[in-house]
Amino acid sequence: MKKTENTYSRRSFLKVSSLTGGGFMLGISWMASAKPEEKLAVMEVEPIWQELTSYIKITPENVIKIYSPNPEFGQNVMTSMPMLIAEELDVDFKSIIVEQASYNPALFNRQFTGGSQSIRSAWKLLRTAGASARQMILTAASQAWNVPVSELTTSKGQVKHASSGKTGSYGSFSTAASKLPVPKDIVLKANKGFRLLGTPQKNVEGTKIVHGKPLFGMDYTEAGMLIAMTERPPAFGMRLKSFDATAAKKMPGIVDVFTIQVYEPNQKLAMFDTRSFNEVIAVVGKTTWDVMNARKKLNVVWENAPETKEIVNNRETIVPGGLESSAKHYADMLAMDKKPGRVERKDGEPEKAFEAAKHIIERTYTAPFLAHNIMEPTNTFAHFQGNKVRFVAPIQGPDFIANTIATRLGIPKENIEINLARMGGGFGRRAYGHYMVEAALISKQANAPIKLVYSREDDVSGGIYRPTYQLTYRAAFDENKRLTAIHIKGGGIPESPLHANRFPAGALDNYLAESWSIPSNITIGAFRAPRSNFNAAAEQSFLDEISEYMGKDPIAFRLELLQRAKDKPVGKNNDYDASRYMGVLELVRDKSGWGKPENANKKRGVAAYFCHNSYAAQVIDLHVKDGQVIVDHVISAVDCGVVVNPEGAKNMAEGAAIDGIGNALFGNLTFTEGRTDQKNFDTYRMIRHHEAPKKIDVHFVANEVDPTGLGEPPFPPIFGAMANAIYQATGKRLYKQPFGNQIG
Amino acid sequence: MIKKFTLRINKKTYTVEADENMPLLWVLRDVLDLKGTKYGCGVGSCGACTVHLNGIAVRSCQLPISSLANQNITTIEGLAEKGDHPVQKAWLDLDVAQCGYCQAGQIMSAAALLKSNPRPSEEDIDNFMSGNICRCGTYTRIKKAIQQAAAKK
Repeated sequence: MKKTENTYSRRSFLKVSSLTGGGFMLGISWMASAKPEEKLAVMEVEPIWQELTSYIKITPENVIKIYSPNPEFGQNVMTSMPMLIAEELDVDFKSIIVEQASYNPALFNRQFTGGSQSIRSAWKLLRTAGASARQMILTAASQAWNVPVSELTTSKGQVKHASSGKTGSYGSFSTAASKLPVPKDIVLKANKGFRLLGTPQKNVEGTKIVHGKPLFGMDYTEAGMLIAMTERPPAFGMRLKSFDATAAKKMPGIVDVFTIQVYEPNQKLAMFDTRSFNEVIAVVGKTTWDVMNARKKLNVVWENAPETKEIVNNRETIVPGGLESSAKHYADMLAMDKKPGRVERKDGEPEKAFEAAKHIIERTYTAPFLAHNIMEPTNTFAHFQGNKVRFVAPIQGPDFIANTIATRLGIPKENIEINLARMGGGFGRRAYGHYMVEAALISKQANAPIKLVYSREDDVSGGIYRPTYQLTYRAAFDENKRLTAIHIKGGGIPESPLHANRFPAGALDNYLAESWSIPSNITIGAFRAPRSNFNAAAEQSFLDEISEYMGKDPIAFRLELLQRAKDKPVGKNNDYDASRYMGVLELVRDKSGWGKPENANKKRGVAAYFCHNSYAAQVIDLHVKDGQVIVDHVISAVDCGVVVNPEGAKNMAEGAAIDGIGNALFGNLTFTEGRTDQKNFDTYRMIRHHEAPKKIDVHFVANEVDPTGLGEPPFPPIFGAMANAIYQATGKRLYKQPFGNQIG
Repeated sequence: MIKKFTLRINKKTYTVEADENMPLLWVLRDVLDLKGTKYGCGVGSCGACTVHLNGIAVRSCQLPISSLANQNITTIEGLAEKGDHPVQKAWLDLDVAQCGYCQAGQIMSAAALLKSNPRPSEEDIDNFMSGNICRCGTYTRIKKAIQQAAAKK
């Protein structure tokens, strides 16, 4: 996933705009937060919102609204990001309104959900927004009361002047405060002064979720809206030749059937523009059921597509022709292992170490393609009118696709309005906004507001998958079973998973990392902890196996390597902090009672991994019954710096464990002649209730490090901990994911 | 064929003109604008569309409108008049949801389970709930919430 730099200095919230009342309020009243609505409901006139920075609005009646800038897909930023503002603004979190901001790069910073970076990149910015607004209110109060700011204090949305006994609500000063310049030099609270951050706060949309309120893009509707679906080639490597829509058009409720070209020929594409098929047939009708039925009446001739070239990120990319199958994928990957790869990193003299080795352990790990299986299928509302387009969209990266939409539709970027709907999952899939381009084109052609809906089958078989990967690990040992070198060679279809500068690089005198890749017409994209989600499985399984050969405890062995990396690191580009890495291993060791006699009979495995600036380690206890793995206990240790909302963070780490166990045991998307063998949840195996761990404990390292990522880091090590625990329970080391069908 | 149907949903009577094969899921969502019941798979494999038919949990994507005359249908919107069903309260208390998309279906299944089995064992919960998928991985919280709701009933 794309790395994003911190942009604290941008201070985009300072750009207070008079347009905001109209511009970004439109279209979101249907998903406005409920809490103090009673207060608003009793107001006889429209509330007058005074804007104090683009993130905060306050009415004279002291109704306080905080905009959550980033798209919400279950990581709970709609709660944790406003908490950052509320802490410094000094308001009662339970009495404020939280509203999802619309996409507006002039007002909001980095409206992207991905790479576990929302809180990290907002940590100072949103606190500064809150502190700035508080400062503006204090200045207004000092002017109104003619007292120095230094004599004023705040508490829960009230300003107090102790010596005169005066008090006033933030609202009473909001009109004057909104006319003041945004202050430049703001001092943020020291961590020990936090009153809200670090306390458990409930999901601000929790009540609406349990009441079934229409929060999601799929739930959006408005007068005159039609439903659209698209018919795409049934296999990767195919394209549309011709079609006859006569019968489909006669079906009840059908308004129109036509083709769209998602992108123009030779359109320059960016990283997140991936789409699987460029020419698709749009079917537009009154209800989803009408459109689903009409699709079955389409008479379509598909043909094999030739090799094509695309410009992606200013680089020419070959999309091969041909109908691919999984059996050949695995054979091709094994063949690549025998050829020299691209050297990504070399420390010391690994070749010599392997020549001199008394013993070599070599293991090859593989994992399949995975479909995201977001529970809310892909969808978006679009209304194209004149030279403007309005969306209600579940989208992780609105800013990426806005450029593409502007180019494809030939309209200015400012004419694109994107209202951000709550997403029913994302996991990386909704970083790729091609469906918004499709929806806009369909709305334009149909001359109507439309909601584009993918069926579950469209989603599972439609591409943008976690790639299939392979990693071969080799370890060289001397006559005393001492580890002298590690060689990693990895690749995938169509990208390599290798992170050459991650652990154990830095801990070994002799180290070699090589990568390779095989082109494919199957489309891929970010999937929760991209690449890491496979690397952790391979690396942590291998370290487990070699520690056993050396007769060492698996945690002690990892700590020994990390200690070396900490004290005397090899190489300069090691991209992890060995101390924090050790910290999570030590925490999980202590919390799990690792090595304690009372746990001697437990079948347990351990793994640790670093990604997205954070560290996670897990111990998994499991047993096997009737050929099925039963996970008894997951003990998870996470270092993501300061934890903003402990209960939300815990939920996220629990979910990562369950999601990881599910994908490790069952996740498998296979291909036959370009077609996915799985099309829906009756054939794509997802983890279900009875397969979830019986117990999960999550522990956070307590420190004052500014927050790092959380959505992704606890996910990858689960795969390794599962493999290692399964070995303890069955005596069988597993090298090929998914593991579930190799237990009995 | 398009026909006229009378449905009893959340104690209200609705008259609907629709294709006789249209599943209840799409009647609820696209015709009656009751969006709490979710589309997840359309093949009865994920449970996101779970509603109650005469108090029993069913997958609304598998029920053609023509089969529903004189039946009492309850959706998430009608589970409790004030939205305070013990299951909903437990869900909020334990802050179960992540993305939230599958949760209406999970709640409807859980409420039906407790109606037929007020004190379910862990195994009962596992068995009954195994038709409801959650990709975010909230299963352990869901189980705790069901146990909490059962204890308070």
